[in-house]
Amino acid sequence: MSVPILKLGDVLIASIQLEQTDAELLALRDRLTGQVGDARAQGVIIDVSALDVMDSFATRTLRAIAYSSRLRGAHTVVVGISPEVAFSMVQLGLELGAVSTALDLDDALAQIEEHRRSEHRRA
Amino acid sequence: MSTGVPDARRITIDRDADIVAARQAGRELASQAGFKGSDLTLIATAISEVARNIVVYAKRGEISLTLLDEDNRRGLQVVAKDEGPGIPDIEKAMRDGFSTGGSLGLGLPGARRLMDDFEIESRLGVGTTVTLRKWVRRG
Repeated sequence: MSVPILKLGDVLIASIQLEQTDAELLALRDRLTGQVGDARAQGVIIDVSALDVMDSFATRTLRAIAYSSRLRGAHTVVVGISPEVAFSMVQLGLELGAVSTALDLDDALAQIEEHRRSEHRRA
Repeated sequence: MSTGVPDARRITIDRDADIVAARQAGRELASQAGFKGSDLTLIATAISEVARNIVVYAKRGEISLTLLDEDNRRGLQVVAKDEGPGIPDIEKAMRDGFSTGGSLGLGLPGARRLMDDFEIESRLGVGTTVTLRKWVRRG
């Protein structure tokens, strides 16, 4: 089953419901990157709370989503990294690069609002 | 006492869905061994890394999971075995950030950090066997 992508104003919200295979994560990356342009999105939020692990592949894929979204003008925020998953990512040596993180959806939306304002200031 | 649950599992790895199956089986067995919370995630993550190495580098292999019960301690052993091309330079492969497969290069060194014991045997043209163990912390 593919991950549902919801649209809230100019924000895309990908809510991962199930464990994802590598191919499914890559498909999510491609769909999100496409939809950022189609929807002229300012923000992308990815909820990873249903993932039991964030291994090197999942991390690399989230980083790729964030980088390509940024090139298309959108800010990416990952929400729902559990304490166990965070601890394991540290042990593994993973870094999220351009990916911002938030504890919940409110915080993620606030970050995207901040990004939108700073873009306006620059424009 | 028999609970009807096997204390060992073997999972054939030859496509990316098997990576998910292997780490889920590992989490189940680890929980049976008495691991809790973050240890379950560490074990599942380590299995995910070694299982992906099989898919990426060898195409096909097997993960064996075994409950360990010795000297009053319990643990889980993970053996990832393939008959792939083998690793030309193990020392390099164990270094953070080294990858020939276009990845982050954290698979093997990361798996070693996530677990308590780590052994690797690899012969060119014969295959690679990675053995990981983690022990339940007492107290």
